Amino acid sequence: MDKLLEIKNVSKHFGGGFLSRKPINVAIDDISLSIDAENPTITAIAGESGSGKTTLARLMLGFTDPTLGSVNYQGRDVQDMSSDQRTQFRREVQPIFQDPFEVFNPFYRVDHVMEMPIKMYGLADSKEDAKRMIVESLEMVGLRPGETLGRFPHQLSGGQRQRIMVARALMLRPKLIMADEPVSMVDASLRATILGSLKKFNEELGISIVYITHDLTTAYQICENIIILYKGRVAEAGPVDKVIKDPKHPYTQLLVSSIPLPNPDTPWGGGQRVVTQAADSTTKGCLFASRCAAVMPKCREQVPDRFLPDSDRTAACFLHEDNPSMSNPDIASLLSAGKNNKVETASSSPAS
Amino acid sequence: MTNVADTARTDQKENMDTSSAAPVIEVKDLEVVYETPNGALKAVDGVSFSLRPGERLALVGESGSGKTTLATALMRLTKAPGRITAGSVVMNGRNLLEASDKDMRSMRLSEIALMPQGAMNSLNPVMRIGEQIYDGIVAHEGKQARAKLVARATELLERVGLEGSVQSLYPHELSGGMKQRVAMAIATSLSPTVIVADEPTSALDVVVQQQVMVTLGEVQEGLNAAIILVGHDMGLVAQFADLIGVMYAGRLVELATVQNLFKNPQHPYTRLLIDSLPTLEEKSDLIGIPGLPPTLLNLPPGCAFAPRCPYAFERCSDEIPAAQSLPSGTNTACHLYPEHSELPTLAKSQSTAEAIIESELKMDTTPPEETRG
Repeated sequence: MDKLLEIKNVSKHFGGGFLSRKPINVAIDDISLSIDAENPTITAIAGESGSGKTTLARLMLGFTDPTLGSVNYQGRDVQDMSSDQRTQFRREVQPIFQDPFEVFNPFYRVDHVMEMPIKMYGLADSKEDAKRMIVESLEMVGLRPGETLGRFPHQLSGGQRQRIMVARALMLRPKLIMADEPVSMVDASLRATILGSLKKFNEELGISIVYITHDLTTAYQICENIIILYKGRVAEAGPVDKVIKDPKHPYTQLLVSSIPLPNPDTPWGGGQRVVTQAADSTTKGCLFASRCAAVMPKCREQVPDRFLPDSDRTAACFLHEDNPSMSNPDIASLLSAGKNNKVETASSSPAS
Repeated sequence: MTNVADTARTDQKENMDTSSAAPVIEVKDLEVVYETPNGALKAVDGVSFSLRPGERLALVGESGSGKTTLATALMRLTKAPGRITAGSVVMNGRNLLEASDKDMRSMRLSEIALMPQGAMNSLNPVMRIGEQIYDGIVAHEGKQARAKLVARATELLERVGLEGSVQSLYPHELSGGMKQRVAMAIATSLSPTVIVADEPTSALDVVVQQQVMVTLGEVQEGLNAAIILVGHDMGLVAQFADLIGVMYAGRLVELATVQNLFKNPQHPYTRLLIDSLPTLEEKSDLIGIPGLPPTLLNLPPGCAFAPRCPYAFERCSDEIPAAQSLPSGTNTACHLYPEHSELPTLAKSQSTAEAIIESELKMDTTPPEETRG
C-alpha cells in the first residue's frame, strides 16, 4: 500500500521552554495516520475546540514541525525536502482555511489569488490558457466567472470567497485537500454547495480530502471515515456510519447526543446539566475521565489502549477492554481494513 | 398572528395558560434604515410580531438578513448610521420608540434585557464578575448594602449553574460557556419580561451549547419571560423555540410554530433552507440554495427571493408580496398564496453542483454593488 502522506507517531507540544514556568501543553499526543495514494477517501477529523484538530492539519501541511515523530510525503520527510520537492508538495497538498475573510489581500482583485499559483508553478503556456483554467475551475464550484473576476474581495460574500478558495485549490489538481472548517463561517444555504463540490472532487477527480470540523452532521454526510480527537488523542475512529450511528466512546456519545437536530420531534439529549466544570489539567489516565458519565477508578490511573470493538473501529476506552487492542498505531490501517475486509498486520512499531 | 401563538407549546405548558394572556411585546411594521454613501438601505422592512409571556421566538436568516439589526432595534440600541424610521414596539401599552431616553434607560434590563452575541467580548476584562452584576442592579435600584448585593448575585449565578464564588473572578479566568452563563445572569438580574438573546451560543462547542441553552430555557421559564432568540443554526432553533420567524433581506418571510415550519414550510425560501440542512437520518446529495442573497442596496423590484426561487412567476418580480395569514396558522409573504393551499412539490434537481451552476448561469441577477468606498 503506497502512502501519499503519512504521519508517524507524531506529538506536538507547545510552551514549556527553558525559562517557562507553565506546564507543557500537549496539543497532539502520539498520533499515526496515513493517507492512501491509491484509494482517494474523505476522512473527517472532528472534535471540540482545543482537541488538536487544527494543529494536526498544520502538521500535515508542513506548516509546523512535530515535536516527536515525523511527517512524510511520498516517503520523504516534509522537514528535509529539497526545494523542488517542497514546491511539488505545496502544489499537491492544498489547504482550504476556515475564514474566507482573512485569506484575501484586500488590495488585490480576486483574479490575483487565482493567477499567482499558475505563475508560481508554471501551469499555463499562454495567457488564454491561464484564463481558461481559471474560468473552468470557477465554474466547477458553481461561480459565474463574469461576476467574480475583476472584483475586490470586499465586493463578494463569504460564501463566494470560500468558493474561490476551493476553486483555487482545485485548479492545481492536487492529490490531497486539507479543508480546515471550510464551511463554519458560511451561511447554511451555501454550505451544502461547497461540501457538495468537495465530495464531487473526491468521486470524480480522485482527490483525497481531509475534512476538519466540529460539525458531525456535515461529516456524516460527506465522509467515509471519521477520527474523533479529544485533547490531542484519538478517542474513536472508524467508518462514519458506525461511529456516528452507534458511538462506542462516551465522548463520542456525548458529542452525538448534543447535536441539535433540525427536527422538533427529535429530543435534544446528551449534555447533562453540570455545575462549572473545573479546568482539569490532569495528564494521568484517560483525559476524558473528569467529564465521563461511565468513569471507573481505573480511568484515572491508566491511559486506555485503543481497543477494537469492531474490526474496523477503535475506541480508546476501558469499557471496551475485552476487545483486542490495535496492533498497528496507524489509524488508517484500521480504516482501510474495513474497506478490504481484512485486518492489516502491524508493519511498524511505535517509536516511543 | 393570534392563531400562530395559540398553538404554540400548549402541549408542553399545560398548567400555564399563555394563550389568553395579553402579549408582553408587540412589534408592528418596524423599519430600520442605514444611511450609506451609496444611498439608504432598509435592513429591517415592515416586521410585525407579538409574543405572550413564556413564549420563545427564534429569528433565523442568513448573514445580512437583518436579524441582529431587528434585535438591537427592539432595545432601541440602533446606532448611527442606522435609524428606526417607522413602526412601533409596544410593551405594557407603551411604545418604546416614543419613550424618552431616560425612560428607555430604565426599561432596558428591567423590562427588556439583551444577552449579547459573544459574551467573550461583552464582559469588561478589568472588572470582577461580581462588580459587573452589581452594576446593573445599582443603576436601576440605587445604592444598597454590599452584603445584599453579594447575596443576590450568588442567587443569580446559582440559577445559571455557576457557583457564587465566581463573583470574585475576572472574565479571563472563565471558560466560554461560563462567560455566556455570566451574561445570562446579568441579563436576567432584574427579572425582565422580554429577553433578547443574540446568537448566545455561536462561539461555543456543541456540548457546552446544549448545556447553556437548557439553562437559558429553565431561567426563562422560571421568570415566565418571553424570549427572542436570534440565531442561524436551524437545528438549535428547532430544539429551543416555539415560534420561528424566517428573515430574508430584511423582511419576515415566514412566521410559524416550530412544528408547522419544519413539517409544512410555506415560503419557498424556508423550504429550500430546510432541504439544504444536513441530517443524521439519511445520506443524501447536498443541495444548497442556488444563487446568492441580494445586496440590500440593490434589491430586485418585487419579492427579494424571486431571482433564486424555483416557483417564481411574473407577479413575483413586479410586486412585493404582503404578509398573509394562512389557515394552518402560518404567516407568510409569498404570492403563491392564497391561490395554492400549500407549497407545490418540486421535481428534485439533478446532481448538486451542476444544478447550481446551471441555475446560476441562467439567472440574471444584477451584480452586487460596491458596499464600501
